[in-house]
Amino acid sequence: MNPRLAKALINGLLIGAAIVALFPLLWMLSVSFMAPGEASSLPPTLLPHHASWANYRELFVHAGMGRYLLNSLAVSSVITALSLAFNLMAGYAFAKLRFAGRERLFQALIGALVIPAQVAMLPLFLLLKYIGLVNSYAGLIVPGMATVFGIFLVRQYARGIPDELLEAARIDGAGEWRIFGQIVLPLLKPIMVTLAIFSFLAAWNDFMWPLIVLTGQEHYTLPIGLASLAREHSQDSELMMAGAVVTVLPVLLLFLAMQRYYLEGLLLGSVKG
Amino acid sequence: MNRQRAAWLFLAPALLVLGVFFLLPVIAALVLSLTDYDLYALADIRNLRFVALSNYWALLQRPLFWSALAHTVYFVAVGVPLSMAASLGSAMLLNSPLARAKPFFRTALFAPVVTTVVAVAVIWRYLFNTKYGMANFVLGHLGIHPIDWLGDPHWAMPTIIAFAVWKNFGYNMIIFLAGLQAIPLDLYEAARIDGASPWRQFRHITLPMLAPTMLMVSILTVSGYFQLFAEPYVMTEGGPLQSTTSVLYLMYDEGFKWWNLGSASAVAFLLFIIMFAVTALMLKLSQRGGES
Repeated sequence: MNPRLAKALINGLLIGAAIVALFPLLWMLSVSFMAPGEASSLPPTLLPHHASWANYRELFVHAGMGRYLLNSLAVSSVITALSLAFNLMAGYAFAKLRFAGRERLFQALIGALVIPAQVAMLPLFLLLKYIGLVNSYAGLIVPGMATVFGIFLVRQYARGIPDELLEAARIDGAGEWRIFGQIVLPLLKPIMVTLAIFSFLAAWNDFMWPLIVLTGQEHYTLPIGLASLAREHSQDSELMMAGAVVTVLPVLLLFLAMQRYYLEGLLLGSVKG
Repeated sequence: MNRQRAAWLFLAPALLVLGVFFLLPVIAALVLSLTDYDLYALADIRNLRFVALSNYWALLQRPLFWSALAHTVYFVAVGVPLSMAASLGSAMLLNSPLARAKPFFRTALFAPVVTTVVAVAVIWRYLFNTKYGMANFVLGHLGIHPIDWLGDPHWAMPTIIAFAVWKNFGYNMIIFLAGLQAIPLDLYEAARIDGASPWRQFRHITLPMLAPTMLMVSILTVSGYFQLFAEPYVMTEGGPLQSTTSVLYLMYDEGFKWWNLGSASAVAFLLFIIMFAVTALMLKLSQRGGES
């Protein structure tokens, strides 16, 4: 094939694919600024005639979206912080500390990855019901405090830490906690950032578990709040699009800012270890 | 000795969380699926009876279970190959030396992956609105009559599949891109000198070199797609005429709408067994294919 034609074809296809990927998101943004009813017209309007914040005001003043946004921020942050701490400790132990049964225990954890999380959800609901955590922030947070994937990711990365470094510190009389805090953690910084973004996005986007464990609106996270709005106000397209913007924009911006770390983690997590 | 203790202290929090909030519930789910746990048992545990395998037996005789399974298999069987093809195609475009502005395109194509399913499902519901949606508007210009995408039992699942492909292809695209970049360029060079066409280069270099990546990606995608739930929950509520009710949707309804937690646990275990069997079969077939 003629190289100039090939070049035009490849870049043309890429532009087409990018339009397909981005158009729904851009249209969401545009419609969210339209007046009520404006998006339900023929031909479909691409840009608002008079852009206004009215839909956002309606969402935050009357639909409780502010509460959901704060809930999502708080719950996702706490899950991220706790799971980061627990996964880092466990991943480091699997990579660098010697103890009886280490390999077998790790194999068992990896084996558990084949069990879909939903299998655990029904008894987990009952368990949390008996200890009084249904419809609470704790009920949202507690099951996400450690993940096999996170432990795996940290272990893969921590295996690259030279043993001599840790041995030298031990000979100098440093305790295991001090070694972890002063030598290991600084070396794990890149994987910490990666894991933090992964955990935050997963917690933010999670749907099925919050749907199960939350019964009252006061604890709703954004996806649950939006889903319940979408069932009540299915005709108010403009309002729904504004709700979608509020839900999607924070994670999209986080991804854009931290893209490099996220994509590296994605590849690290998908390589068989 | 001291170091052993330290190791277990490092492990303790994570293992405790996974043990109490995952392993224990999984075992409990197995036990629960052998009981008639329902609303009465929820009120008073003394109403609980052991029913052995009768939950499973009852499910296997329910048409709704089989149709939910059929919808899920439909979603997996059509959605996974389409997703993989979209991922591989876009990865190859991005990997081409002729492509411009690669970082921009990579980010743009990946963007749907990080979005929230519920939010983008709401957008799609609007894009595929029968009356005012952009999809029917564009088709109208091509002379095609409006299609009731989410209201017609024949179209609802294809629409959800299109949505899932759009939402997910970027993830595997990144993995394929890394796989493509790892293929030595000399191989293509040698093939070109031998006069191999681009199609034959793809068929005899790219595909075989990507085979291990493809296997891993397809297994992960298959298990992900078997867990279809949020998309029908938001876009169709399982309808129309239950044409998008997936196995997990059935589990959710059974467990948290009707409070038949015993029966719902049996649904969850059946799904697990099916997923396990399918992925094991894929591994087995690929090994046999690799030997011959």
